[in-house]
Amino acid sequence: MEKKTIVIGVIGADVHAVGNQILYYAFSEAGFNVVNLGVMVSQEEYIEAAIESNAEAIVVSSLYGHGELDCQGLREKCDEAGLEGILLYVGGNIVVGKQPFEDVEKRFKAMGFDRVFGPGTAPETTIDALKEDLLGIKK
Amino acid sequence: MQVVLLIDFGSTFTKLTAVDLEERRILAAAQSFTTVESDVMQGFNHALEKLHEQLGNMQFIKRLACSSAAGGLRMVASGLVPSLTAKAAKLAAFGAGAKVIKTFSYELTEEDIAAIDDIAPDIFLLTGGTDGGNFKVIQHNAELISTAKKPFPVVIAGNRSAAKKCEEIISSDIHPTYITENVMPELNRLNIAPAQAVIREIFLDRIVSAKGLSHEKALIEGIIMPTPASVLAALSLLSKGTEKTKGIGEIMCVDLGGATTDVYSIAKGYPLNSSVMLSGLREPFEKRSVEGDIGMRYSAKGIVDAAGMEEIVNISGLSSEEAESYLCEISHDKSRLPSDDSTKAMDFALAALAVRTALIRHAGELERIYTPSGAVYKQQGKDLTGIDKIILTGGALVHSDNPQAILDTAISNIDESNLVPRNPKAILDSGYILSAMGLLSTYDEESAINIMKQYIGGHVDGAN
Repeated sequence: MEKKTIVIGVIGADVHAVGNQILYYAFSEAGFNVVNLGVMVSQEEYIEAAIESNAEAIVVSSLYGHGELDCQGLREKCDEAGLEGILLYVGGNIVVGKQPFEDVEKRFKAMGFDRVFGPGTAPETTIDALKEDLLGIKK
Repeated sequence: MQVVLLIDFGSTFTKLTAVDLEERRILAAAQSFTTVESDVMQGFNHALEKLHEQLGNMQFIKRLACSSAAGGLRMVASGLVPSLTAKAAKLAAFGAGAKVIKTFSYELTEEDIAAIDDIAPDIFLLTGGTDGGNFKVIQHNAELISTAKKPFPVVIAGNRSAAKKCEEIISSDIHPTYITENVMPELNRLNIAPAQAVIREIFLDRIVSAKGLSHEKALIEGIIMPTPASVLAALSLLSKGTEKTKGIGEIMCVDLGGATTDVYSIAKGYPLNSSVMLSGLREPFEKRSVEGDIGMRYSAKGIVDAAGMEEIVNISGLSSEEAESYLCEISHDKSRLPSDDSTKAMDFALAALAVRTALIRHAGELERIYTPSGAVYKQQGKDLTGIDKIILTGGALVHSDNPQAILDTAISNIDESNLVPRNPKAILDSGYILSAMGLLSTYDEESAINIMKQYIGGHVDGAN
């Protein structure tokens, strides 16, 4: 099987590095070619990395509560940069306070994200989703 | 006596330096105008006569030459994303001693090809995509380059998976191709040495003879690299040292010319503080940048555009009318030298602001970002704040009454976010020996570093 390339990183001014390393390890072990941008990643950096590496998905993490602001406009910028239809995931503590997940998911999907993962999501959940969306393998 | 002759065919002057390897000293130096219109041998012979006048009729055990005559090594590069492979391509070409006339990003257009034909580069560097990454853009660009009418060799240093295909598309009698490793095999990892080795090989095999510099074969065969590559080799040796001779550590060098300004840094440039994240393309340990719009005469206007008239007025102490009139004067007479206090003040201001602009563009940048847990910093490029020695060369700096004052003025009034040296000492290469020593380093490293430590600045000795 040809390895699929994905770009991962923690968006905005967020410096939570541990979860990022765990995801990098888990996605690589699952057979993906992972371009890890680390922490404090800007929207432009995700896009530029995805262009050069021909990635098929961008997986955005956010843990500090400001994810909603940081993620606005990412889909539009992808379209503008020629990455139309690229898979966009987001996960973590992506909003401030305790809000019903359904509302949060709805808002991020409206922003153009294909999948939204709440706090405490296991890496396996995201890996299954990537396998389904990129390889058509349904568990 | 074991004497080596080192030759620099510069754009204006052909400079000769005779070095005694046994005593490790410079015996004599001489220069004459470079004569590309007829045959560079003319200017060379003229300078050689002057050298023999000083030395008597001396035999040389070795002749080595570098050249930036006839436009130097003129390159055009293309990459994919401006801040990634296009930047990597540019860094590779600069480090190989080239003059990068233009760098393209994303997909080339027919207009771009017309522009490339106008430029008629000596070498085209084609990059784009990480290994296994994007291949569409580099292939598209290969298709377009194959339609160029002017002949030039093409170095293919992009996505490994696309290299063979690009070669098939481009390779022809007028566009011979050379495949080498990707300049950015993984995201943000720079890998420019292989491309530079190929560029150097092409320079030796094709460019030097194609320039039609001379009919004398021996003279041409002695040219082993472009002048800036030689300067970079000298700086690298002086910084790192050899097994027997200690280097002087991390350094920078500014070469302020009439048309362009070159900046070199031999330094890691890593963040100095653990609260700083390094982001973007990791820049090379030996970095060269060239500012084509910054220079004391042909590009004086570029200095004003970059630094602002207000700063010229502040530093020179002249009125803006006086400053304007001097700028107008030098734009008509490129060989104008400062003659009185006010023209000296004006050249001082231009030199300081040229050095400031070139240093800022070469060095990295620090961005402060406020987070819920306080301020954090993100660094792009190299942190050169700790560099304490800058070698200055080029007429305006070497002939200045007070080069340290030029440097001090250059680094004053710079925003903290620009990671330029904070308190550097000016060291002068008044004898212009760097390019000669870079050449010598390919033959006798020990002599080259020992001569540099004796002759450059004087401050350098203290760093033993």
